[in-house]
Amino acid sequence: MTMPGMYVSPEQLMQDRADYARKGISRGRSLAAVEYGGGVALVAENASSTLRKVSEIYDRIAFGGVGRYNEFDQLRIAGVRYAELKGYQYSREDVDARSLANQYAQMLGQIFTHEMKPMEVEIVVAEIDVAGTAELYRIQYDGTVADEQHWCCIGGDSESVIDRLADGWDKELDRDGAVNLAVASLAGSDRTITADELEVAVLAPENGRRCFYRLSDSETESVLAQ
Amino acid sequence: MSSISFFTPGDDPGADFLSLLKHNGLDPFSSDLPGSIDAGHATTVLAVRCDGGVVVAGDRRATAGHLISHRDMQKVFPADDRSAVAIAGAAGPALQMVRVFQLQLEYYEKIEGKPLTLEGKANQLAEMLRGNLPQAMQGLAVVPIFAGYDDTRETGRLFQFDVTGGRYEEQDFATSGSGSLHAGTVIKLGFRSDLTTDDALLLAVKALWHAADEDSATGGPDPIRGIYPVLSAITANGFRQLTDDESGEVFSQFREELSGGE
Repeated sequence: MTMPGMYVSPEQLMQDRADYARKGISRGRSLAAVEYGGGVALVAENASSTLRKVSEIYDRIAFGGVGRYNEFDQLRIAGVRYAELKGYQYSREDVDARSLANQYAQMLGQIFTHEMKPMEVEIVVAEIDVAGTAELYRIQYDGTVADEQHWCCIGGDSESVIDRLADGWDKELDRDGAVNLAVASLAGSDRTITADELEVAVLAPENGRRCFYRLSDSETESVLAQ
Repeated sequence: MSSISFFTPGDDPGADFLSLLKHNGLDPFSSDLPGSIDAGHATTVLAVRCDGGVVVAGDRRATAGHLISHRDMQKVFPADDRSAVAIAGAAGPALQMVRVFQLQLEYYEKIEGKPLTLEGKANQLAEMLRGNLPQAMQGLAVVPIFAGYDDTRETGRLFQFDVTGGRYEEQDFATSGSGSLHAGTVIKLGFRSDLTTDDALLLAVKALWHAADEDSATGGPDPIRGIYPVLSAITANGFRQLTDDESGEVFSQFREELSGGE
């Protein structure tokens, strides 16, 4: 976009956009993904029980988004379409998280540099293989994509949450342990989060072809009680 | 392969997988074929309502003219975990329709965050049949049965269709294919409104056996190869297809009944 009679250096322009996007993202609450023996748990702080932050993309792929709801939901739908079309044209096994994450990165990068307003979102794409081993991709508002190991966190307070996840994670975790670790890490030491403020889903091979499974509030409650 | 993209509001295909495919130049039912093909609809598939759900079954034979081309063809498919579709008609277009139908139901569920109602699913299938009408006129007709468990009414429901996309809800049972007349008569005589799932499976087996007995294009049980007609049941617990061994069990039960033993 050209603005006559006014010069802004590219550095400044990018800096301003990044600040703008970060500010938007930091207002929202965080989401954590934690790998456990045989799956991945995705846990988000979300007071709404209808507007989802965590959802299913494809057989073995889940999506988590934080920031502006309408923007990451648009990304979710674009991801479902991309995956379904790819699966239709080739085969279901050909749909993978790595290529989806790259597509998201391209799209977010394009919007960040070319559009008036960057997307105020941060997303995670999780995939499990047949054994339940996870691949986690974290994609930022400017298209930066990172391949994370074992856990990752997106959203406002992610740095301190990541520290807590790093302290608490070990490879012997089971599903309930992973959910509890995610919840404790999101909450920190000085507050507790109840089941109705949480959105919890897992990707696990025992759920059949569609590995995505969303825990109800009562299921979450009984997991947290352990 | 198209890359990931956003749509402008007027352009957005919404929760309709078919229009998403068309948008990407992938119309699954395009039909500018020259001439016509006689692909027949040699099959027997059926659905029977029972207490707490519905049973859907079909034979395994595929024919090409007077020859048997496949002995283990699948004609009954789960549409999703609450419903099933059974096909009669030209195999290629029918299988394609089932595939697109399954994808459509799952796609809708993911985009909208909740599944379609059973009635909505039946209407979607009718819409696809209407889209296939030009192909049907050229001899590639598909005549499916759709059945499932309706969670809101807590009962099994079944639907019959015609090639033009006409959708007819049946109360007790539905049959389709070249053996449908024989199968339908057997079910009509054996039907009671209080059939249990097991009773309905046995009735389905009787109907398929009689259809195979009269109709050359319908396959019967094949104990030598261990291939039996597909039997499935949909209840509040979801779709379940019986294994060949379990279907074989129901056939032996029928044989015992025929020979007068218990």
